Amino acid sequence: MKNKYSIFSLIKNAFSYHENWEKAWKDPEPKKEYDAVIVGGGGHGLATAYYLAKKHNMKNIAVVEKGWIGGGNTGRNTTIIRSNYLWDASAGLYDHALKIWEGLSQELNYNVMFSQRGVMNLAHNLQDVRDLKRRTHANRLNGIDAVYLNTEEVKKFCPIINTSQDIRYPVLGGTLQKRAGTARHDAVAWGYARGADEMGVDIIQNCEVKGIKRNGDTVEGIETTKGFIKTKKIGVVAAGHSSVIANMAGLKLPLESKPLQALVSEPVKPIIDTVVMSNAVHAYVSQSDKGELVIGAGTDDYVSYSQKGSHDIVEGTLNAILELYPIFSRMRMLRQWGGIVDICPDASPIISKTSIKGLYFNCGWGTGGFKATPGSGDLFAHTIANDEPHKLNAAFNINRFVSGDLVDEHGAAAVAH
Amino acid sequence: MFLINCPFCGEREQSEFKAGGEAHIVRPKQPTELSDDEWAEYLFMRKNIKGVQFERWNHVHGCRKWFNMVRDTSNDQIKAVYKMGEKPPVE
Repeated sequence: MKNKYSIFSLIKNAFSYHENWEKAWKDPEPKKEYDAVIVGGGGHGLATAYYLAKKHNMKNIAVVEKGWIGGGNTGRNTTIIRSNYLWDASAGLYDHALKIWEGLSQELNYNVMFSQRGVMNLAHNLQDVRDLKRRTHANRLNGIDAVYLNTEEVKKFCPIINTSQDIRYPVLGGTLQKRAGTARHDAVAWGYARGADEMGVDIIQNCEVKGIKRNGDTVEGIETTKGFIKTKKIGVVAAGHSSVIANMAGLKLPLESKPLQALVSEPVKPIIDTVVMSNAVHAYVSQSDKGELVIGAGTDDYVSYSQKGSHDIVEGTLNAILELYPIFSRMRMLRQWGGIVDICPDASPIISKTSIKGLYFNCGWGTGGFKATPGSGDLFAHTIANDEPHKLNAAFNINRFVSGDLVDEHGAAAVAH
Repeated sequence: MFLINCPFCGEREQSEFKAGGEAHIVRPKQPTELSDDEWAEYLFMRKNIKGVQFERWNHVHGCRKWFNMVRDTSNDQIKAVYKMGEKPPVE
């Protein structure tokens, strides 16, 4: 049993100069065989392992990660959490996640710094206004909090926005989801890792999958850089590298992996206490607790695994940021980076069984997977444990690309893809 | 950001171009005969290779012509550029 984190443990460890904190998770070598192996130690993968152990009593399982946990897209995103998606299936999926977020720090005994500071999506033209109003109504029918704001109300909620009607893309209105917000992305991975480890899950880092062994249409195990691991169930949560793993099993996925960039500024005093996103001019901004502006850019349009994006994408984003927030004109940017996101043709994820027995994929989250981390893990764990999808992820099966029953959230989710 | 040697205009910045996805996906000759699985394969399934991949590109802010490219997606290095209709180079 791990020591509980509390004010008392903090005081106790202060006496030993914080040198005796126990490790949050072990660093084991892989066993010969597991009941299930999760490929990918990001937030989604660790959450999957956590819920497999907690809710489905599968404790003889492992998470294999080619780098270090949370070192991929989990540590590279802009930490925005919201559930204001248009379609019923997406609303169900993302609001399931948001409800778990609301109690996650307590559940994990790990402060994920979930902050419901609200997310505002701006409208810059008449079509945006219509789309956002439609989505507000759709959200409310699905029990998701959403309000439509006119220009004055946008200005009141976030006073630093330039609402002049003379700019190139004037703010005509916006939507607000107050339950939405941000969380500390690393803490999510660490919290789930600590929780899973406590229940006996082996978290194996620096262990890259090199092949998937099949016997006909059934999986038998994985070849890794740390040797062969026998297992009957493989859950792949490899984000940008999903197609690479699928290829090892002889499967093809409807994904394209593209660089998505983000950047942060030097830290400054609190200036923006919410998250503002804009689809039309493609810029979103929030402020971290350290004071840095966290700015998200768009994806490049070509396939790349290089974790580098193009400068013109960042330039376009900063142009938009400066027009909307002239107050930031003298801010200096500290860091810029890219992550590889796996984009589905309908901009919705795949949480699904495959044609190969025992092989499951959780991928295609594209540019917006972080917000779904707890829900994704919970539903993927259900799918793996029962070999059947939960009703909330049934629509997100891989066969929708054959049946044509797509969940088209491109543009509809008030999200810039 | 990288430079692309357009077969019609010469070397230009990548931002002048638009990526058109995987190359050499052949449009079905008899669309009415296709099964749902074959449609899914044609419309949605992509190789999405980490490594050397064949792609279509369009010089949208230049000559606006389409052409093909062989590119290593793991480091964005361009191996070859060739015109539409030409045979892809063999490694």
